[in-house]
Amino acid sequence: MFDPKDIRKDFPILSRTVHGKPLVYLDNAATSQKPRQVIQTLVDCYELYNANVHRGVHTISVEATERMEEARRKVSRFINAPSTEGVIFVRNTTEAVNLVANSWAMDNVGQGDEIVVSEVEHHSNLVPWQKVAHQKGATLKLLPATEDGRVDLSFLESIITQHTKLVSVVHISNMTGAINPVKEIGRRAHQVGALFMVDGAQSVPHMPIDVCNLDCDFLAFSGHKMLAPPGIGVLFGKVSILEKMEPFLRGGEMVREVWYDHATWNDLPNKFEAGTPNFTDAVALGAAVDYLDGLGMDAVRQHEIDITTYALKAFAELEELDVIGPKEAQDRGGLVTFTAGDIHPHDLGTFLDSEGVAIRTGHHCVMPYHRKLGLVATGRASFYVYNTNEEIDTLIQALKKALAYFAHAS
Amino acid sequence: MLPNELDDLYKDVILDHYRSPRNTKRLEDAHVKAHGLNPFCGDEVDLQLLLNGDGTIKEVGFQGRGCSISQASASMLTEELKSKTLEEAEALRKLFRRMMQGEKLTDAELEFLGSLEVLEGVRKFPVRIKCALLAFSTLEDGITEYKRKKRS
Ligand SMILES: Cc1ncc(COP(=O)(O)O)c(C=O)c1O
Repeated sequence: MFDPKDIRKDFPILSRTVHGKPLVYLDNAATSQKPRQVIQTLVDCYELYNANVHRGVHTISVEATERMEEARRKVSRFINAPSTEGVIFVRNTTEAVNLVANSWAMDNVGQGDEIVVSEVEHHSNLVPWQKVAHQKGATLKLLPATEDGRVDLSFLESIITQHTKLVSVVHISNMTGAINPVKEIGRRAHQVGALFMVDGAQSVPHMPIDVCNLDCDFLAFSGHKMLAPPGIGVLFGKVSILEKMEPFLRGGEMVREVWYDHATWNDLPNKFEAGTPNFTDAVALGAAVDYLDGLGMDAVRQHEIDITTYALKAFAELEELDVIGPKEAQDRGGLVTFTAGDIHPHDLGTFLDSEGVAIRTGHHCVMPYHRKLGLVATGRASFYVYNTNEEIDTLIQALKKALAYFAHAS
Repeated sequence: MLPNELDDLYKDVILDHYRSPRNTKRLEDAHVKAHGLNPFCGDEVDLQLLLNGDGTIKEVGFQGRGCSISQASASMLTEELKSKTLEEAEALRKLFRRMMQGEKLTDAELEFLGSLEVLEGVRKFPVRIKCALLAFSTLEDGITEYKRKKRS
């Protein structure tokens, strides 16, 4: 088990100050910080083997291609994908969902069919399906959530039916923090012959993920939330399904042969990687995977259970704070979303910032579920490998100060 | 950050307007109506203006949800709008925006801004400026729509 204090030195940004106070970065669900190892990998890419991939016979192009494919192998292993052919580099989770919506759903969902998502989806796993449903005359159905923000399994059979063509669910909610029972949901989806997609944006960075064990047909995640740069993400798909799908974007790199009036497609995964790929960030994602592998994903998960347990206990001691989501750290990812009485989250966020503490405030791109709970916005503290219990103490002290400040001002 | 910068942002008057917003009655038969939303944070403001026969503003109504800055600035705006013409309301909006952009205003301009001047402290918090501007952009939308309807 690693000690977060030891690894903080790998993250240069953690030694900066904000408004004269040490930075306490608790906005990891939005994006993570980057270790030197990842930053150095990017520098090496540009200083040593920057060339377009798959295109040249010259040495550095071959080297760049090999580094990118090595990264793909690392990512494959990281999620236990059966082969690298099903590991497609995209920009982020959002693009991965749009790829499946456009290349699979637009061709396989029709009038009267159903697409199922949950009530707690991030906009990126909701809005693309709205378009498919509107355009195809299909129905977008919602799996209701329990009071603590988990997908309610008692609705599986009534919501996922013979008409359902695709079920796509967030693995760990970036708002309620709940870990959803994705295996059970996937089993039901497959029972009715539907495909099953998982939004892994908040799970892949934080816990061991095995796509074979999950038995998902698609898994989407973003590099920037797992120590890698923004602009690189992954769509995992089962090869048998990807092979039957039409390309998403068309142009160079994704073709085998081109005539003036038609073209044939390249093999997987290149069929879905049109144009010059973001190979430097892909290589950096490989370095991020190395870093996480070095810590061990079981240990990463354990650290987050520990720090979340510590945080939940501290939050519970402040009676003005209401925490959303499951009560036990075991049932949630490393994030705590809360309201603070009548202090608006933005006011709280500004106050905490003056204390050097960075949290997210707002609707976290989960507007419909906020609305359902009667909330406009919430505050969210989210943790990663380098966060310490001392930082939670700083957060709590700052929260206490804020509560006093706004109470006094009234 | 200096502690008094926070105090500049959260002046007592501002928090008072946030806690007890003025003119919150919805004016169903208003001439000018608009709904404003900040898509990034979800803050909302609904604004209604009821006009006199001579075109001056008779009554103002606002309802909303959001942070102290967005709601207090809306509440304060409702107080400043009464008995102004729509042109003066527009001028007020433009002046407020200039203050938020950091321009130095003349004494006469400051006087015209009235109580809205206390929101000047928001300028030191760039990410919060959009909160202060929400009610003003809602006002702009409402007036534009009203004029468009009147023309057609
Ligand atoms: C659960 C979840 N899904 C999807 C996304 C979208 O990720 P991205 O913005 O990287 O596409 C996020 C993060 O913002 C998220 O937390």
